[in-house]
Amino acid sequence: MSDTYDIDEGLAEEPEVLTLPLDAWHRAHGGRMVEFAGYWMPVQYEGIIAEHHWTRSHAGLFDVSHMGQLYLAGEGVEAALEAVLPIDLATLKPFAPRYSMLLDEDGGILDDLMVTRWRTGFYLVVNGATKWDDIAHLREHLPDEITLTLLEDNALLALQGPQAFAALDRVVTGDQPLSALTFMKGGEFKLAGHDVWISRSGYTGEDGFEISLPAEAAAEIADLLCAQDEVRTIGLGARDSLRLEAGLPLYGHDLSPETSPIEADLAFAINKRRRAEGGFLGAERVLRDLAEGTGRKRVGLALEGRQAAREGAAVFAENEQVGELTSGGFSPSLEHPIAMAYVAIEYAGPGTALEIEVRGKRLPARVTALPFVPHRYHR
Amino acid sequence: MPRYYTQDHEWIDVDGDVGTVGITDYAQGQLGDITFVELPEAGATLAKGDAPCVVDSVKAASDVYAPVSGTVTEANGALADEPELVNTDPEAGGWLFRLSLSDAGELSGLMDRAAYDAYVAEL
Repeated sequence: MSDTYDIDEGLAEEPEVLTLPLDAWHRAHGGRMVEFAGYWMPVQYEGIIAEHHWTRSHAGLFDVSHMGQLYLAGEGVEAALEAVLPIDLATLKPFAPRYSMLLDEDGGILDDLMVTRWRTGFYLVVNGATKWDDIAHLREHLPDEITLTLLEDNALLALQGPQAFAALDRVVTGDQPLSALTFMKGGEFKLAGHDVWISRSGYTGEDGFEISLPAEAAAEIADLLCAQDEVRTIGLGARDSLRLEAGLPLYGHDLSPETSPIEADLAFAINKRRRAEGGFLGAERVLRDLAEGTGRKRVGLALEGRQAAREGAAVFAENEQVGELTSGGFSPSLEHPIAMAYVAIEYAGPGTALEIEVRGKRLPARVTALPFVPHRYHR
Repeated sequence: MPRYYTQDHEWIDVDGDVGTVGITDYAQGQLGDITFVELPEAGATLAKGDAPCVVDSVKAASDVYAPVSGTVTEANGALADEPELVNTDPEAGGWLFRLSLSDAGELSGLMDRAAYDAYVAEL
């Protein structure tokens, strides 16, 4: 028996794999550690399906400290950021995270990220595997007056699920109640006596929170949250199945320099004023795609039966290949396999019957509107 | 009924010239939640080392190899509705397929339980 299509299983002796602040904590709590984005991270604890269901029914605690937390400040930081992101900062209220993307000159996606206006600068959360390239890209395109700081002394936790509010509300203090935060709002709070930044956001489709905290307090705060009856620790495996059900793209798989924001069906992240004015890296391609449409599009595919199709599998209409999977797996909530793919635009309509080739067999699939599982954000 | 093990974490029970094949408890633990099993059809001819069977878990698809050569006589139909049997009962009810051995001599290259346990302890 051997793993033939495995995800990121690490080798025990790779010296370049780094550890995160909660490394010992995960091992002590029974996390099975794998290499991911250059770090040792827990892929699962009790089991991916159980953790998935727990998050959808209770609250799951995810360590996402591998992600890059950046702080940008300095004279002219707004104009500088608007030159690299298709975001309208004039409409970005303080402490309200917004989704955006780093694009290259050709409109390819270098990363997707969250941007928040703090008091005197901007807080960005970028993907772990891309953070070093992102920093180089930003440094190249931002003026020297802008300081870019990697917040290396901060850990990042996500508490996700319908009971996340109840659990966090019990232990958090602050100038405002936690209930003041609705989806995509954030603020400063205290946990176990430590200053933390909390936003009501996440990557599961559930209500929940993301918590930036001092790395030296990470174990204490993780213990505090896990002491709440609603909360269990969740690994990367369930994080992936949850985000796939929620229709959320994963950078490096569903998004890459080979895909443009409009192909990726992320036009909402090209803010209205920027569509009219352009003036950001990659604008030429993005504005052309908006005006003329694209030849292909990211879609959801629901499969029949139980056999999953995975990244790289070819999508067929009759005998013609019309696309390729960028993510795929078994949906624990729906109990059938689901996938994301880029398919030719004429096959991208919901309900279109297609086939996916897996190990020489054709599996029937149907284009399905995203998300597969409805979002339950607290708006 | 003697049971043999492979370095790829298959087991095979041998009764006369018929072998029953599955994956070990160690293997299912490594794979995690199993959601689908692709089984060979009766009549399929296998050479030792062929991969007639694929076990899908939430995170990966994994080949299962034929521990010895032979002809498939039966697959475990219960796995169509309950693939999780491979997790809950890997070394009995979660068996994968049976085959009639074409060369019983190939069994001598496999491990017994003690040797397999020692092998796993080193992993």
